[in-house]
Amino acid sequence: MQKVFETILIGLSTGSIYALMSLALVLVWRSTRVVNFAQAGQAMFSTYIGFEISSRSEVFWLGLLFAIVAGALLGAGVDYFFMRVLFKHANSGPAAVVAPVIATLGLLGLIRSFVGLTWGGEFKSIETPASTNGFTIGDSTIPFSPLNVLIIVTTALILIALAILFQRTNLGLALRASAYAPEIAQLAGIRTARTRTIGWAIAGGVGGVAGMLVTANNFLSPYSLDLLLVFGFIAAVIGGLESMVGAVIGAFVLGIGLTFILNYVGTSLVFIGGFTVLILVLIIKPDGIMSRGKARRA
Amino acid sequence: MSGLLVNNLSVSHGAISALRNVTFSVEPGQLAAVIGSNGAGKTTLLRTLSGLKDASSGNAEWEGRAMLGKKPDELVRRGISHVSEGKSVIPELTVKENLVLGGIWRANRSDTNAAIAEVVELFPRLGERMGQSADTLSGGERQMLAIGRALVSRPKLLLLDEPSLGLAPLVIEQIFETIDKLRHKLGLTVVLVEQNAMSALEIADTGVIINLGEVVASGKASDLINDPALRAAYLGY
Repeated sequence: MQKVFETILIGLSTGSIYALMSLALVLVWRSTRVVNFAQAGQAMFSTYIGFEISSRSEVFWLGLLFAIVAGALLGAGVDYFFMRVLFKHANSGPAAVVAPVIATLGLLGLIRSFVGLTWGGEFKSIETPASTNGFTIGDSTIPFSPLNVLIIVTTALILIALAILFQRTNLGLALRASAYAPEIAQLAGIRTARTRTIGWAIAGGVGGVAGMLVTANNFLSPYSLDLLLVFGFIAAVIGGLESMVGAVIGAFVLGIGLTFILNYVGTSLVFIGGFTVLILVLIIKPDGIMSRGKARRA
Repeated sequence: MSGLLVNNLSVSHGAISALRNVTFSVEPGQLAAVIGSNGAGKTTLLRTLSGLKDASSGNAEWEGRAMLGKKPDELVRRGISHVSEGKSVIPELTVKENLVLGGIWRANRSDTNAAIAEVVELFPRLGERMGQSADTLSGGERQMLAIGRALVSRPKLLLLDEPSLGLAPLVIEQIFETIDKLRHKLGLTVVLVEQNAMSALEIADTGVIINLGEVVASGKASDLINDPALRAAYLGY
């Protein structure tokens, strides 16, 4: 029984990080209709910035703050200097569908090379903001640590902040309206291109947090966030790619599910487990768990 | 007079010409009905006037200032509001959010709230459904909401694209009555695009009949209604 409980707790911590990555992908998908594979690179670059700041200042949180800012600036930059230009030139035919995806993959490679040249390929580790030693209950130590608590709490705070932003502010309304119905949003006076860039910035900042939190318990390298991208993407698909709430729920389902596989079956099956979930969702409920079984628009 | 002036406007979709040398004007506070069958170019006309579509030649002015080549967000700020075809509301948002959207470009939220209160006074049914998602509204209510959203921006020029589309006859009657009532009350200049020729011309001051992208007749609405040749050829009754 205790093992089940531990597994759920660790799953929540893992799911939190997936949730952030998944949200970053959904935010961009909703506004731009692009699955942004470069998000792994953007988050990784932001994490390197966070690593630099936190190792110099020895304060994790200062690093996190800089990672958010770096992620947001990079996200906005990618949309403004890269996607806008791309959409202007590849705006019809098969190229319009394929080009953005290829472009984000190319961008991922570009960021990776840049980071490799700047920081080298060796593993870095980040100042940990809290102990990674598990809590002790009675006379046994569980694998759930203060760092895990911190990851969950930080994620919860970010989710609350995002919920307030999207549900309670004009900017949030503009972001939602531009995603659901760009033309109506435009006719309502929203500067949709600018709004989209802000959406990319938010996604970039959230991706930066995901990178920092996952690295707090791990090592950083130009490839270290690739798996996070894959699991974030699977979580987003579970949630239907459109829904931010769906992305978060999908992430927790996946995080807890994979931790069960890890604890009860073995490490080797985690990756296969993730893809099995992805394939099952695509077969059984391709619109994601949030779909109500009807078209989005009448 | 410096209402809406459209002069020699031509628009094309790629190689296909959608509008050719369209010229007409609407005086301030007047309602012009733009009549024509499917594919005549009516929707293209409104999309060009609201900045969604680029013109290939000609010009258009509102209150003496050029409209073409401007983005929709800029034109909204100049008092031009376009209610696009097909009950243009965002079903994923609540009724309230759809209305707030109409004033979202304003820095001042209390101004928007006051405008929403006025719209709710005009359409009390919307007031009862503020918290519901727009998805749950009937077709007529959605059209009211679409018009209501445009009114929240306190427009001076309202571009309405087929507000009767897909509605039951009784509801259509209500919509036209509402349009007539509110444009007098608010002193709006209106361009009303319609296939429903008779109902539109009945509340219009002037009419413009478009066929295959060209203006075939224009003038006082009452004259157009009574012209037997036009009635037979374009008005369908």
